[in-house]
Amino acid sequence: MDFSALSPVALIASLMVASTPILLAAIGELVVEKSGVLNLGVEGMMITGAIFGFAISVETGSPWLGLVAAMVGGAGMALIFGILTQVFLSNQVATGLALTLFGLGFSALVGQSYTGIKPPPFPRLDIPALTEIPYIGKILLNHDYMVYISLGLVLAVWYFLRFTRKGLILRSIGENHTAAHALGYKVIRVRLLAIMFGGACAGLGGAYLSLIRVPQWTEGMTAGAGWIALALVVFASWKPGRLIIGAYLFGGVTILQLNLQAVGVNIPVAYLSMAPYVITILVLVIISSDRKKISLNAPASLGRVFHASN
Amino acid sequence: MTALLTLDGLTKAYPGVIANDSVSFEIGEGEIHALLGENGAGKSTLVKMIYGLVRPDAGHMTFRGKPFHPGEPRAARAAGVAMVFQHFSLFEAMSVAENISLGMENPPSRRQLAARIREVSNAYKLPLDPDRIIGDLSVGERQRVEIIRCLLQNPKLLIMDEPTSVLTPQEVDVLFETLNKLSSEGTAILYISHKLEEIRTLCHHATILRHGKVVDNCDPTQQTARRLAEMMVGSALHIPAKKNLHPGEVLLEVDHLSARSRTPFGTSLKDISLKVRSGEVMGIGGVAGNGQDELLSALSGEILVKREMIRVLNVDTGDLRPNERRELGLLTAPEERLGHAAAPNMSLTENAMLTAHQRQKLTTGGFLRWNAARGFARAIVKQFDVRTPGIANAARSLSGGNLQKFVIGREILQNPRVLVVNQPTWGVDAAAASAIRQALMNLAEAGAAVVVISQDLDELLEMSDRLAILNEGRLSVPAEAADLTIEAIGLMMGGMEAADVPA
Amino acid sequence: MFRLEARPQASKTWIVLTPILAVVATMFAGGLLFAALGKDPVASIQLIFWDPLFGEFAAMDRVDILKKAGPLILIALGLSIGFRAGIWNIGAEGQYIMGAICGAAVGLAFYPMEATFIFPLMVIAGALGGWAWAMIPAFLKNRFGTNEILVSLMLVYVAEHFLSQMSLGLLKNPEGRGFPGSRNLQQYASASNPELFPGTGMHWGVIAALVAVIAAYILMNRHLTGFQVRVTGESPRAAAFAGIIPRRIVVFCLGTSGALAGLAGLFEVSGPAGQISIDFNQGYGFTAIIVAFLGRLNPFGILLAGLLMGLTYIGGNLAEQAAGLPAAAIQAFQGMLLFFLLAFDLLSNYRIRRVRRRVVPQVTEPTASQETA
Repeated sequence: MDFSALSPVALIASLMVASTPILLAAIGELVVEKSGVLNLGVEGMMITGAIFGFAISVETGSPWLGLVAAMVGGAGMALIFGILTQVFLSNQVATGLALTLFGLGFSALVGQSYTGIKPPPFPRLDIPALTEIPYIGKILLNHDYMVYISLGLVLAVWYFLRFTRKGLILRSIGENHTAAHALGYKVIRVRLLAIMFGGACAGLGGAYLSLIRVPQWTEGMTAGAGWIALALVVFASWKPGRLIIGAYLFGGVTILQLNLQAVGVNIPVAYLSMAPYVITILVLVIISSDRKKISLNAPASLGRVFHASN
Repeated sequence: MTALLTLDGLTKAYPGVIANDSVSFEIGEGEIHALLGENGAGKSTLVKMIYGLVRPDAGHMTFRGKPFHPGEPRAARAAGVAMVFQHFSLFEAMSVAENISLGMENPPSRRQLAARIREVSNAYKLPLDPDRIIGDLSVGERQRVEIIRCLLQNPKLLIMDEPTSVLTPQEVDVLFETLNKLSSEGTAILYISHKLEEIRTLCHHATILRHGKVVDNCDPTQQTARRLAEMMVGSALHIPAKKNLHPGEVLLEVDHLSARSRTPFGTSLKDISLKVRSGEVMGIGGVAGNGQDELLSALSGEILVKREMIRVLNVDTGDLRPNERRELGLLTAPEERLGHAAAPNMSLTENAMLTAHQRQKLTTGGFLRWNAARGFARAIVKQFDVRTPGIANAARSLSGGNLQKFVIGREILQNPRVLVVNQPTWGVDAAAASAIRQALMNLAEAGAAVVVISQDLDELLEMSDRLAILNEGRLSVPAEAADLTIEAIGLMMGGMEAADVPA
Repeated sequence: MFRLEARPQASKTWIVLTPILAVVATMFAGGLLFAALGKDPVASIQLIFWDPLFGEFAAMDRVDILKKAGPLILIALGLSIGFRAGIWNIGAEGQYIMGAICGAAVGLAFYPMEATFIFPLMVIAGALGGWAWAMIPAFLKNRFGTNEILVSLMLVYVAEHFLSQMSLGLLKNPEGRGFPGSRNLQQYASASNPELFPGTGMHWGVIAALVAVIAAYILMNRHLTGFQVRVTGESPRAAAFAGIIPRRIVVFCLGTSGALAGLAGLFEVSGPAGQISIDFNQGYGFTAIIVAFLGRLNPFGILLAGLLMGLTYIGGNLAEQAAGLPAAAIQAFQGMLLFFLLAFDLLSNYRIRRVRRRVVPQVTEPTASQETA
C-alpha cells in the first residue's frame, strides 16, 4: 500500500468532476419537486441523455451539439412523464419507475453501435497565468467548462426560486396547487415546464458522464447516479446551496474509494464500490431523523395528483 | 343605485345535478348584497362563475356596463372583482407578503409591498405583519391576509364566502365594521352566508337560492330571522326536543390532558380537564384550529398520552390504542369524513368493517365475515336513512350529508358508552343535520356520555347540557348551557372563563 | 373539446380492459419501433407474441415461459401487497440476490453431504435472506422516517457488489479452475431444484408461485391483515383512526415482499441458473414491478401478467435469433407497456366527455383550454 500516491490536490480536483453529473441532475429534480412533482425517473432521463449526447457528439464531432442533444433527449423523456402524470393523472411513483425502466432499455437499444468508441474531447478551462497558481489553480481553475456551468446553474436556480416572481409562482404551486389554481395560476403548464427543465438537466448530467467523465458509452453506465441525485434533493432539504455540499460529499466518497482501490488497500474492491450507496443511505437516515424539519421544508403538494373539478 | 353587476339567466349543470338554473339578479355600487341559501343550494358555483373559476353553460353577465365573461380569475381580478374564500387559498409555508404578492397582478417591490400591507391593514383595523409565516397565524389572522390581499387591488366588488364561520363573535364585529367602511367608500360586497342574524344586521339586500334557483329576494333588515329561514329552507324545520334527565355516573374523565400536536402548524393541548356523565351531552365550542382535531385524536387514541390522563368507565385509557378503547366502549367520529372517518375509495361495507369489526364481531380468527359486515352496513343505511344506490358503492360517491349520517350511524349502532364527535353537521343539509342531532341526543338519553365538538354555537346551545370552549389548546371550565348567552360564549372564546364574564 | 370527469367510483370494466388495451397499444408502438430499426413490424410482433406459444418449437418455448414467469410472479405478488399499502419496495432485485446467496450458501455448506433436509433448509435461508435485506429499509423507515424507495434501491447496488464479491471469494467453486462463480447446484442432488415433471418446466419455484397466488388472494380479500394493508394504502389517516399501526404494516409489507423475492432467488439459483455468478441476476426484480402493475395488483391478474411478461422474454429471444432484433429492444418494449397501462388507467377513474362549444360569447381575452386545469 502506498498512501503517498493520494495527492490531496488531485483528489479535490477530481471530486469536483465526479460530483458534477449528480449535481446537474439534482438541481433539475429540485426545481421539479419545488413545483410539487416527484419524478423518480431521473435515472432513466440521465441514461437517455448519456446516449443521446454521446451519439450526436460522435456523429457531428461537436461535444457542444452533443450536450444540446442530451438536453433534448432528457426533456423529451421528461415530457412523457409530464403528459402521463399531469394530463393522464397517473401515479407519479409508478410513472417515474416506468420512465427509468424504459430509459434503461431504450438507451441500450440506441447505444448498440456506440460501444467502444471514443467521443470527441471536451474543451477545458485553461488560463495560462491562473491555472499555474499552486493548489488553487489546479483545484479550481483547470476543469472542463461544464463544472463551472453546473455551479452557475445552481446559482441561477437559487436566484430564480428566491427572488423572481416566476420562482414565487412555481413555489406556490408546489406548496398548495388548489390555492394556486384558485388564484388563476396555470398549475399544469408550470409543472410541465418544470418537469422538462428537470429532464434537460438530468440529460446534461448523463451526457457529462458519457462525454467527459468516463468518457465512453456502456449500457447502464449511470449505475444509480440518478437515484443518488434524488437522495441529494432530500439531503439538501430542497435548498439549492446545500445541493453543492451534498454533491461534493458524494463525489468525495466516490473519488476516495476509487483511489483506495488504485493504491491497493487491503479491502476487496466490491466492498469499496458499495461505499457511495451505503453513504447515501446513511446520509438519508441522518437527514430524515429530523422529521419536523423535513415536513417544514418539503413542498406540501409533493407527489399529489392535481385535477380541478370544473 | 346604479347596477354594478347584473346576472342574467346564468346556468351551470354538473352530471346529475343543475347547480344553477337560470339565476338572475343585480348588485348595486356600494351595496352589501346577501346570497342566502342552504349547503348545496348553488351559492358556491354561482360565485365561482363570477370569479372566473367556473364557466357558465348559458347566461350573461354585465359588469360596470360592459359584458363580463371572465375566462379565469385573473380576468375577473383585472375587471375589479376580488374574492375571499371559505377555505382559504393561502400557502402555509410562505410569508404574509409572499401570499399577498401572489394574489396581485403587478405587485410592487418587496419593500413597497410590505409598507402597503402595513398601511392598508392598519387603516381597516386589521393589523398584519408582512414577514410572518402563514402557518403560524390564527385562523382569524389568516382571513385578514385574504381580505388585505383583496383590498390592495381596490376592487369594485368583493365576494365573501361564509367569512364568519371561523371567527369569534367579537372578531365578527370588527369584520362588519370593515365591510361597512368599504361599502361607504363605494365597494359592493357579495356576502354569502346561511347565518340569518348576520345578514339581517349587515346586508342591504338579499337574494335567496334554493336548489340552484332564485326563489325570493328581499330587504333582510325588514324580515324576521324566522321568515328568512323559511324562504331559505322552503318548509318548517324539526327542532330536536331536549329532555332534562338527571345525569348518572361519570363515564369519561379527562384529567390534566396535555399533548403535542403532530402537524407542524397544529395546536398542542394544554392541561385539559373534564368529566362527562351518563345521559349527558357535553358541548365543546371554539373557533376552528384551537385544538379540536388534536382533542379528538387524543380521545380516539390516534395520539397516545399518559395512562392516567384519560379514564373511561374508571379504566385508565390514556396509553391505549384505538381498538382497545373501542373494546371499552369509547367511540369517536372525526370531523373529516372522507379520508379520516372513512376511506374514500372503499365501499360502505368495507367502511363498516373499518371501525366496527371488534364490537360487531365481524371477524373470526382474523378472517373477515363479509356477510355480517354487509348486514351491519345495511342496518346503518336503513336506520339512518343514508341515501345511496347500495352498500357496494364507494364512500366518496355519497353526498356529504349522507356520508356523515353513515359515519355517525356506524358509531351509534355499536352501542358506545362514550361517543365523541367533531363537527357532526358541518356541510350537511338542514334535514340531515337535524336527524344527526336527534340521534346523538337519543344516544345520551339511552345512557351514553356524548361529547359534541362544534363551531356552530346554535347547535351547541340546542344540544348541550353543559358547554366549554377550546381556546389555543386550553379548555374553559364547563358551564351549564342554559345559563349562557351568545355574548358570554363569545368572550369565553377570546380566552375568558365563564365565571369572569359579566352577566 | 374533451373534458375529464371523475367517476364516483372506479369502473370495474375498465380496470379489466386497460391492461388488454395497453398490450394492444404496445404491439402497435413496438411495431413502429421495430420498423424504425429496419425490421418487419408484423413479423417481429408475431415472433414475440405468437411463435413462442404456437410456433414450430412452441413445446419447448412454453416450458421456458413458465420458468421465466415463476420468479416474476413470486416477486410481483410480494411487491403488489406493498404497493397496495403505498409502500414502495423497488429493491426486490437486491432481495432476490440476497435470497439466492443465503440459500446457496446453506446448500454449499453441506457439500458434498446428501440429505433430504438440505433443500428445505435452503428454502428457509433464501426467504430469510430476502426478508432480512428488506428489513433494512423497513427498520430505517420506522425508526428514522427514511424514504424506503431510495433505501431499497440503493441496496440493490450494494447487493450486486456483494454478489460479485461472493462469486469471486467465499462461494467460489474451489474446483472451478479460477473461474468466478460457485459450484453448480444442479449437479448436487440434495441442493438442486430440478423439473418435477420432466419436460413441463414445473419446478418448486413455479409451484411456490401458484400457491402464493392463492395465498395472496385470501390474504388481501378474506383476512384482516390484508384489509388493513388496503386501508393503509387508501387512506393513511383513516387507517390510523381504525387503529391500524402503520409500523407493523411497513414491516409486514416489506418483509413479505423481501421473503418472496428471496424465495424466487433461491429457486432460480438452485434451478434454472444453477450457480451463484457475477451476472446471476437478470433484472427480474425490476420487471416484476411492471408485472405487478400490469396485473392490477390483483393476485390472479399478476399470474396472467407474469405469464405474458415471460412470453415477451422468450419471444424477445426468438426475435433476437431469428430477426436480429437487439436484446435491449425487449426491455424498452416492456417499459412502453407500463407507460401505456398508466395512461389508459385514466379511463378507470375518469370519464371523458365531449363538451360542446360554449354558447356564451368570450369577451375577455381567450385563454388556453383548461380542461384539466
